[in-house]
Amino acid sequence: MPYFEFLETYGGRFLEGSLITVVQFVLATIVSVVVALSFGLMRMSSNLAVKSFATVYIEIFRGTSLLVQLFWIFFVLPLFGITLDKFTAGFIAVGMNMGAYGAELVRGAILAVPKGQWEAAKAINMTPAQRMRRIILPQAFVIMLPPWGNLVIEIMKGTALVALISVTDLMFEARQINISTFLSVQTFGTALIIYYVFARFLITPFMRFFERSMARKIGRA
Amino acid sequence: MEWRWDWTWEILPRFIDATGKTLMAAGGGYAIAVVLGLVLVLAQRTPYRIVTMCVREVVEFIRSTPLLLQVFFVFYVGPQFGINLSPWTSGLIAIGVHYAAYLSEVYRGGIESVPKGQWEAAKAINMPVTQTYRRIIIPQALPPAISGMGNYLVGIFKDTPMLSVIGVAELMHTANAVGALNYRYLEPYTMVGVIFLAISLPTAFLITQFEKWVRRKMGMK
Repeated sequence: MPYFEFLETYGGRFLEGSLITVVQFVLATIVSVVVALSFGLMRMSSNLAVKSFATVYIEIFRGTSLLVQLFWIFFVLPLFGITLDKFTAGFIAVGMNMGAYGAELVRGAILAVPKGQWEAAKAINMTPAQRMRRIILPQAFVIMLPPWGNLVIEIMKGTALVALISVTDLMFEARQINISTFLSVQTFGTALIIYYVFARFLITPFMRFFERSMARKIGRA
Repeated sequence: MEWRWDWTWEILPRFIDATGKTLMAAGGGYAIAVVLGLVLVLAQRTPYRIVTMCVREVVEFIRSTPLLLQVFFVFYVGPQFGINLSPWTSGLIAIGVHYAAYLSEVYRGGIESVPKGQWEAAKAINMPVTQTYRRIIIPQALPPAISGMGNYLVGIFKDTPMLSVIGVAELMHTANAVGALNYRYLEPYTMVGVIFLAISLPTAFLITQFEKWVRRKMGMK
């Protein structure tokens, strides 16, 4: 079958799959930002219980595979009475996993804010919460955006795994088409190119733009 | 649902066996990645702009598409051209090439961290390029690259579960098989998670120690 004809027949399914991948990616990114911020901050808490809880969470999620976590959340959690449908389990697992990596980025960035800023905020009598929210976090945010650019790509790649719990994303559609046509080069090749275009020509430029505009906002262009 | 210890002990031998296979897959993949990564980084430093640009783009392509899809691609594309690769071979190739792209970036960072004066000095004493690399650049580029290389060693280990989809009998594959046979997923998936933690945490710790030791040996801070 010529490639053009192949696209004509299966293009729609690739598109549907890509759409699910995009939705999974966006939701997983939101989850991981929330997880990263909360666990990153908890990791720096002076309360030992809070701090160790965050450390244990981060070590567990960084120390095991995303696939193991995904299967655990999807197949084992229901045994404890928490049943998530496959779509939710998918982005929650990816988000929680990547969030653990993100938490370390958050911590690193907060520690990288110069000490003078902390002292100055204290000197003008800001409360710790105010200091964090108005002085430290905005600067830490700009510092951590470049590494987040890489992490966001990892999140996008991570969403491919949700196909293994039958979420009908791009990866899943590619596998289905491959089973029915045996045109592996065309099928997996097309999927690879879609992922590549998505990462390299949509996500990366957007993150670069975001980095620049944020740096400008706090006067560091 | 209750945890069944008797059954855990019963299936444990299979998991120990599978752990060995997982380690083999990770080790084999890493060996490919270490060597191929070096080729990729050196190819990016040739004076031919076109070669440099192509290799750069290939590295970007590999880094921004999901490993799972690459595994499928390698496994299914061969037969279409009459080359039949076993799950092990295609799995090792896929994971090795994927991580070679990451390692080439680590090497690049290491090589770029060597001060320019070292190159100039080597040139001044009329050292050929290969000798400069071997005796001046690589020894100095290695210590800053160790932590990155170590991270990807743990990373490759954690990504081996993806090989289960093409039938490599590693930990995840065993857990799936045992789970499906007995219709109990709590113990198998939890055990896989614990085994991963038990190996990746000490490894990460050892790598940090090793990096410190190398830095001390080389007389760097």
